[in-house]
Amino acid sequence: MIEIRNLSKWYGQTRVLADCSTHVAKGEVVVVCGPSGSGKSTLIKCVNGLEPFARGSITVDGVSVGDPGTDLPRLRARVGMVFQHFELFPHMSVEQNLALAQIKVLGRSKDEAAARGVALLDRVGLREHARKFPGQLSGGQQQRVAIARALAMDPVCLLFDEPTSALDPEMIGEVLDVMVELARTGMTMMCVSHEMGFARKVAKRVVFMDHGEIVEDAPAAQFFEAPASERARTFLARILHH
Amino acid sequence: MGEFDFTVWQPSLPFIRDGLLFTLRLTLVAMSGGIVIGTLLALARLSPVAPLSRIAGAYVDLMRSVPLVLVILWFFLVIPFISGAPVGAETSAIITFTAFEAAFYCEIMRSGIQSVPRGQVDAARALGLGQAQTMIHVILPQAVRNMLPVLLTQTIVLFQDTSLVYAIGAKDMLKAADIVGKNYNRPVEMIVLSALIYFVICFSLSLAVKQLQKTVAIIR
Repeated sequence: MIEIRNLSKWYGQTRVLADCSTHVAKGEVVVVCGPSGSGKSTLIKCVNGLEPFARGSITVDGVSVGDPGTDLPRLRARVGMVFQHFELFPHMSVEQNLALAQIKVLGRSKDEAAARGVALLDRVGLREHARKFPGQLSGGQQQRVAIARALAMDPVCLLFDEPTSALDPEMIGEVLDVMVELARTGMTMMCVSHEMGFARKVAKRVVFMDHGEIVEDAPAAQFFEAPASERARTFLARILHH
Repeated sequence: MGEFDFTVWQPSLPFIRDGLLFTLRLTLVAMSGGIVIGTLLALARLSPVAPLSRIAGAYVDLMRSVPLVLVILWFFLVIPFISGAPVGAETSAIITFTAFEAAFYCEIMRSGIQSVPRGQVDAARALGLGQAQTMIHVILPQAVRNMLPVLLTQTIVLFQDTSLVYAIGAKDMLKAADIVGKNYNRPVEMIVLSALIYFVICFSLSLAVKQLQKTVAIIR
């Protein structure tokens, strides 16, 4: 579904991604982790073309992201993305947030979009909040709405960019529950996350990054029990102690 | 003379009303036209197309560096030249103010657009919205909302500045007061009256803006 090959990217002289290759097969969950500044967010933003890259290639569902001929908006409409800071549109109600792209991008009718929106709000347990504005919801609720908004586009895969890092600890669970449920229904997911419990539970593989490189790309169990590199061992020791 | 005689206010009211209506019309047209053109200028200024952004920037800098009264006089002389026909002082005033205010609204809208966090653009793009759709549905509504108090404050300034059309003899409220004052030989009383009206309107609008600022602060 997602195929990243020899990806490199520079900010001026600084190399932020160094020859990264990995893949996410259909129905798989892959968790990307690593210390801050390791390039994991940049990597995931390259997947739907939010960040341009200098070298290498990414294909999503057979479409080449870096190809200048690619209709990026059309590709992005099929790839859902959930952000660290939710990024709900603050001037729109929850139902409008869910309907906007369905109507403007997919060309659905208002009724169709509204129906799909309600069904998804139900799925993330927020049906009664449809009329509220993002500012009236807790962080955990906002992130669940953001997941519903991504799902409303019927995406072929979902990208998560540290979806729980901006949340208060007591709200992390409700968001992870939704993500676990999605994973169990066979959604293809690439998640930048430090939630190792989540990774253990649903990830097929864990990709460990440091300094813009993919240091390890291993089945989840293997990564946790016997990380091959010293850097991964140090990282795991540090975050599992928390 | 000697003593003030405010009885002149009574017969002046119909003239003052007509003048005030023109002042309000001028303010509203220059505001709406200025915001629309100013937004387009802001988009041009922020555009990656260098010539576009430079032209818009030069226009804004020019307008902001020349005293308004000079722009009013200059347009009054130049517009008939371009259009080939004489235009009235009122029409000239409306065109001038729209063009002049556009430069100021442009700067307000530009900072409004830049105040929208980058993540909002990413989110809109990630949903497949195109550049124009992102601007129209996501960025501009937030830019206007963030800048609403500043936009309205600028409009209050605009309302006061319209009194400068006095320079080309357009019949706004100040001009009406001036004429009545001369006819009844009571210029001071009439200037006091127009000052009072400007004050009452501007002060109430300022209070309204303050109230609005509080409401916007709650929504955010």
